[in-house]
Amino acid sequence: MLCDICGKKEATVHLTEIVNNQVTKLHLCEECAKEKGAEMEEHFGLNDLLAGLADLGANVEPEMMEKLKCPACGFTYHDFKKVGRLGCSECYEAFKTKLAPLLKRIHGADRHVGKIPLMTGKTVKDTRNLQELKMKMEKAIQQEEFEEAARLRDQIRQMESKGKEG
Amino acid sequence: MKLDDFLSQDSEWLKGTGPSSNIVLSSRTRLARNLDKVPFSNWANKKQLEEILKTVKDVILSVNFLKNALFLRLKEMSEVDRLFLVERHLMSPEHAKDVEYKALIVDPKEIVSIMVNEEDHLRIQVMQSGFNLMECWRIIDEIDTELSRKLPFAYSAKWGYLTACPTNTGTGLRGSVMIHLPALVFAGQIGRVLQAIAKLGLNIRGLYGEGTEATGNIFQISNQVSMGIAEEDIAGGIDRIVSQVISREDTTRKAITQKNRDALVDRVLRAYGTLKSAHIITSNETVALLSAIRLGVDLALIKNLDRRMVNELFILTQPAHLQKIEGRALDPNERDIKRADLIRAKLK
Repeated sequence: MLCDICGKKEATVHLTEIVNNQVTKLHLCEECAKEKGAEMEEHFGLNDLLAGLADLGANVEPEMMEKLKCPACGFTYHDFKKVGRLGCSECYEAFKTKLAPLLKRIHGADRHVGKIPLMTGKTVKDTRNLQELKMKMEKAIQQEEFEEAARLRDQIRQMESKGKEG
Repeated sequence: MKLDDFLSQDSEWLKGTGPSSNIVLSSRTRLARNLDKVPFSNWANKKQLEEILKTVKDVILSVNFLKNALFLRLKEMSEVDRLFLVERHLMSPEHAKDVEYKALIVDPKEIVSIMVNEEDHLRIQVMQSGFNLMECWRIIDEIDTELSRKLPFAYSAKWGYLTACPTNTGTGLRGSVMIHLPALVFAGQIGRVLQAIAKLGLNIRGLYGEGTEATGNIFQISNQVSMGIAEEDIAGGIDRIVSQVISREDTTRKAITQKNRDALVDRVLRAYGTLKSAHIITSNETVALLSAIRLGVDLALIKNLDRRMVNELFILTQPAHLQKIEGRALDPNERDIKRADLIRAKLK
């Protein structure tokens, strides 16, 4: 039998594809099958990849990790490895030793920059503002702009005392 | 407004209007959001899932853009209706499965849609016709801010918005552009373009089919990374790269029209001829031929057709749309016949 794609070489690979409920049988030579294989990578899903990644770079005892359980929702790290999805937002804290390197590997960064939600992000916003002011003050001191530094210091104090009251 | 009213209106992504609409079909942003401390949809129990639906419904319907939106409980709909929504890109194929606790909110213009209890509690999506990603971001940002005033979104100071899948953590933002690149494919340059885009940290895949084999020459370009870059920069990055792809496609179209005109005209008119006379036609063949006549319309090789009509055919010839037009279930063979009937009638 000759290859369905090139029609030249002997078909040695036999594929069954189901697309939109239509079954197609393909008989391919090794070369064409390799090319076709690139198209089929999709079937090797995200879950498999994530689960694989999750195991790299672990610093904690593997057995202990397997037993790790989120106290809020009961999801285990083992579950995460199986499905590639987390159980709830608290899982991030529960599995952070494992998730930190994983997130870094996926995103090339380990810190969010960008939006802050109004209701749950209020304290975050204050903290971020405070950090920015402190950095500005440091810079002002280095550049010997002491008046500016003093102004920033007062602003920081004001924010900090407001934070304590609230 | 009822679901069936959508059938007679042009879905946003196929209107054929907006910037660079000869090359870009549509732009889209989506945000993944979850309620703090409530298990993600795949891990929540029945009671929690009902609770999520209840909590978000009224808040969502009070948002400026969504006051007149449809709230659809998917379990109360037929399978064809659900597939119809998938074909209109208002929800993901995954959302049409295991529908017991799922809902979809769609505004009457089909610009904004929100999936409830997909993998994340909320998947907010905003679509615009043509190349208009920044406008998509502007709209979705406004909706998200309004929602975050009343809903406690799961969020960490370090990692940002917390999502079911770690690939969405951070901004939870995916921006994407659906782009028609027939000239780059025709000229054999698409492989290099795909490689270059992947190297720049963006994803590119065929809308129908995969990789360079994209049926209909329609590709989707989107960001890969969602943490460590601010939302505007994610959208801006895609914007800049897509602009370059557009100008590349444009130059190639001009070059082909000059140097390879006969082959191009032949391909376009053969496609037109087949569509006008076929008696049985599959979705795949339809998409491939529509791509050719769309290019023909864009380059004024076919003059008595407008882009809107070609776009309309892209959407109406899909399985669920055909079945809704016919008002009954059709098996695949019947569909291929009805599809050909519909195309012949529209192109007459």
